[in-house]
Amino acid sequence: MSEERSIDIEKVADLARIALTNDEKSKLSGQLNSILEYINKLNELDTDDVEPMAHPHSVFNVWREDKAETGLPIQEALKNAPKQRQNMIVVPKVVE
Amino acid sequence: MKYEAVIGLEVHVQIKTESKIFSGSRSGYGYEPNELVDPVVFGLPGALPVMNKAALDGIIKAGLAFKCSIPDWCKWDRKNYFYPDSPNNYQITQYDQPICQGGEVEIELSGDSRAEMGEHKNIKLTRIHLENDVGKLNHFTEDSLVDYNRAFTPLMEIVSEPDMHSGDEAFGFLTSIRQTMIYCGVSDCDMEKGQMRADANISVRPVGETTLGSKIELKNLNSITGVKNGIEYEIKRQIRELKKGNSIKQATWRWNADLGRTELMREKEDAHDYRYFPDPDLLPVRIDDEWRNRIRSEIPELPFEKQSRFMDDYDLPYTIASVLVPDRALSEFFEEAAKKNPSKAKAIGNYVTNDLLRELSEAGQSLAVCKVSPEHLLSLVEAVEKGTITKQIAKDVFVEMFQSGELAGKIIDRKGLKPDFDDEQVKVWCQEAINENPKPVDDFRSGNDKALNALLGQVMKKSRGKANPQSVNQVLRELLS
Amino acid sequence: MGDELHFKSAGELSDLLSSGSVSSVEIVKAFINRVEAVDNSVKAFNSYDAEDALAQAKVSDERRVKGETLSELDGIPVGLKDNLAVKDQPLTCSSKILESFISPYDGTCIQKLKAKGAVLWGRLNMDEFAMGSSTENSGTHTTSNPWDLERIPGGSSGGSAAAVAACEAPVALGSDTGGSIRQPASHCGVVGLKPTYGRVSRFGLAAFASSLDQIGPIARNIDDAALLLNAISGYDSHDSTSIDIAVPDFRKAAADVSDRKWTIGLPKEYFEESSDPEAIMPVLDAIEFYKSQGFEFKNISLPRTEYAVASYYIIATAEASSNLARYDGIRYTSRAEDFDGKDSIDVYRQSRALGFGEEVKRRVILGTYVLSSGYYDAYYLKAQKCRTLIRSDFENAFESVDAIMTPTSPTPATLKGAHAEDPLAMYLSDIYTISANLAGIPGLSLPCGYVDGLPVGLQILGKPFKEEEIFRVGRIFEKAHAFKDEYPEL
Repeated sequence: MSEERSIDIEKVADLARIALTNDEKSKLSGQLNSILEYINKLNELDTDDVEPMAHPHSVFNVWREDKAETGLPIQEALKNAPKQRQNMIVVPKVVE
Repeated sequence: MKYEAVIGLEVHVQIKTESKIFSGSRSGYGYEPNELVDPVVFGLPGALPVMNKAALDGIIKAGLAFKCSIPDWCKWDRKNYFYPDSPNNYQITQYDQPICQGGEVEIELSGDSRAEMGEHKNIKLTRIHLENDVGKLNHFTEDSLVDYNRAFTPLMEIVSEPDMHSGDEAFGFLTSIRQTMIYCGVSDCDMEKGQMRADANISVRPVGETTLGSKIELKNLNSITGVKNGIEYEIKRQIRELKKGNSIKQATWRWNADLGRTELMREKEDAHDYRYFPDPDLLPVRIDDEWRNRIRSEIPELPFEKQSRFMDDYDLPYTIASVLVPDRALSEFFEEAAKKNPSKAKAIGNYVTNDLLRELSEAGQSLAVCKVSPEHLLSLVEAVEKGTITKQIAKDVFVEMFQSGELAGKIIDRKGLKPDFDDEQVKVWCQEAINENPKPVDDFRSGNDKALNALLGQVMKKSRGKANPQSVNQVLRELLS
Repeated sequence: MGDELHFKSAGELSDLLSSGSVSSVEIVKAFINRVEAVDNSVKAFNSYDAEDALAQAKVSDERRVKGETLSELDGIPVGLKDNLAVKDQPLTCSSKILESFISPYDGTCIQKLKAKGAVLWGRLNMDEFAMGSSTENSGTHTTSNPWDLERIPGGSSGGSAAAVAACEAPVALGSDTGGSIRQPASHCGVVGLKPTYGRVSRFGLAAFASSLDQIGPIARNIDDAALLLNAISGYDSHDSTSIDIAVPDFRKAAADVSDRKWTIGLPKEYFEESSDPEAIMPVLDAIEFYKSQGFEFKNISLPRTEYAVASYYIIATAEASSNLARYDGIRYTSRAEDFDGKDSIDVYRQSRALGFGEEVKRRVILGTYVLSSGYYDAYYLKAQKCRTLIRSDFENAFESVDAIMTPTSPTPATLKGAHAEDPLAMYLSDIYTISANLAGIPGLSLPCGYVDGLPVGLQILGKPFKEEEIFRVGRIFEKAHAFKDEYPEL
């Protein structure tokens, strides 16, 4: 019934863009696998005719009118930038 | 072995709104870098998106214009991927419940000659959905700089079925989208400003084959012509490869407009895992008939509808209709005049598409500020119709009209353009011409009808161009018979 | 307990200010002195700006002199969890990745507090990005429980609860995603409320799990909690998930002593599984007290309780993995240096490796996994469906009861390091608080006694948007007991 779901830690850490040491990989792998084993408990629940709950309250059409509001002054926006030049964020060269 | 190409386009169109799609920051182009930024646009901790209703109105309008079905519900999903131009490293988009489903775009292909309207076809759409645009990367030798002004501009993604077969069809497709969006006031689709962007999926297969060949994705198509040229090049390249016995590997290519060829960008990677899930910060959208109908009523007569109506109702030739239609304001200007004198619609159309456009261009003026109004055109057409001035003189009057804003009658009086002679004088001049030019007279009497033009020319000279050529023609024939 | 100002509740301070007996500057000075005296041991604060607080107090006093007092909160210090955006103040979320970050904007709750004239007081420690139940996951330091410095204060709003318990602030704001206000309140012997989801705007709260997070008050008594809730509640156009519903005067409602027949539900799943009945004895005593006051108690069942932790850890980690993607070393976070970064992917990987602590990495990776290709239906979708069932359990229960009472936590505060190698055990300790977040209902933790000298909290869960009812119920107990006036020796 429930398959062996073992986490491919390399693949997931790559998707999450977090570099892990080998120690971290093996430790996390073990911990996450036991957490997943616990989570598999949910398979006991019959949810065939149940709607997923996306929001706690059934509200819809929440929007605002199209009016431009004052934004952040450029210097405020950039004040925490690790690296900037000409009022833009510097990143390693992107090759497309 | 003959091959055919199968092409699908993914077109991104920015919706023209005052503020951004999920942020109240101003939306625009050409501002100082990072000027159009607020906590949402910059992806700051604690920032939350709020939907801009005008963006929804805009996409519903586009969807209805393209005959899409607009379902009762749609929602927002997060598309998770890391990239420096993405403030949150996720894009808010619509994954499985897009706001517009199906639809089609009517396109016009080139005719056999410029005077002939080409074939019309309907290109099927898969869907149109709404999402936020991302920032802009500027590349330098050692690094890249990111400007987030463009981030969170409302973006429509129009996905076509693999329903096109040539660069021409792709050209027609983008032109049609652009014209429709301009008519609807949804977008200006200026590709230079990034308001419309297109990627193409291209494959080829032997004619008669029904399964699709292996396709590549073509990017960096920066103009509508570029799309056409890039696609045409790539089709030829693929056919060449297949004829050599090679196969086409799935990959991403880019169009190099400077060198006029496509270049491999990257081999196909494993499909991105975007981990789509419904955005918990945004509530679903419910669309009812009242909303659909309200938007529908805001859609003007669309370009091809107008074109066929102009050609049918006003008997306008394609050459004129096809110049008027892409410019809605110009079309409406034309029709203001034409509906008051429909029998002269062609003449009016000529003035608009030749003289008016020429003068506007030379003066660097827009139609909105131009001194010539539909009333002016009517006054000019009337003057010619009555025989007060010739068509030739009318052209000069037009130039005057454009500069001074006076009606035709006023200019004609002011400049003394009315013929200051009567029919008797014309008869005298005709006789003189006949007497002074025996050779053309003989040629004409021998059956060379065109020889009359030489005599006609002489009479026009004598009258300083003011005589009516048709009448002169008639008088000459009478005198020579 | 002495007469000093720092022992007074916000309500008492407000009265003293109104009567002119004391100035805001004097009050703030008292709290600065208290922090300087005890925070070396408690370590509730990540940082505080005494000069700035005094400047705010001075402005408040000037308003009062001119007769322009803004509200009952004017001049009163409010401690702030370090995940609430305050313009020109640090917003670290107790994470190294934000250790130098200064917020360029005010969140909505902060704007509301400013409009009321409150003195914004310090940045309080928390589990990193609110992920944890002990504040041991903080990337700055660990906070101690003022009742026993060897023990955890609870989490993730451990700094907020400890600060109020240690009288370093009269009231504080925390955030609650799976119990992060209620559980530390319980461990520290103070009052903590998680409002109904959507009652308070989340704009300006660094998001952990968007569909579960709520900002709420931590205070010494219900009156203060109600006072703070009055200040921060209300629909906000900057938060699409905040609900446009009338905000009652919670303070007035809490003080309502009119007669009413209350029926309280006791969910068997919360009591029968108790591994240590001794640990919840004060809760059972509290229930007896309520019975003596004419409350009717009904045994009810919330059958899907056993699936709450599993659902929560799928939904919360999934949402968190996406919400924390923005902390990437690019725009405003610490960026890893000294490595051979060829492209932005390297910047992300290294910055996040260095900037995130172990628990955050664990949850982000788990969340990434449950959303990844092929697993969405089995995990996220399944958990959302389970959530519907959990909410319907509460809806059913609330048809026959006004409120539900449970222990807030299975045990009082544990020793630091107790769950160090066992994250799952830590997750399971959230069992009593988690369901309220999944269902979106409000919950209060109220001090109701001690076990081995450690505070124990009674949890009262209410119907959606009925915070005033749980305040009223809680008040009846609070008035008859001295717990709100008891403080740890420091």
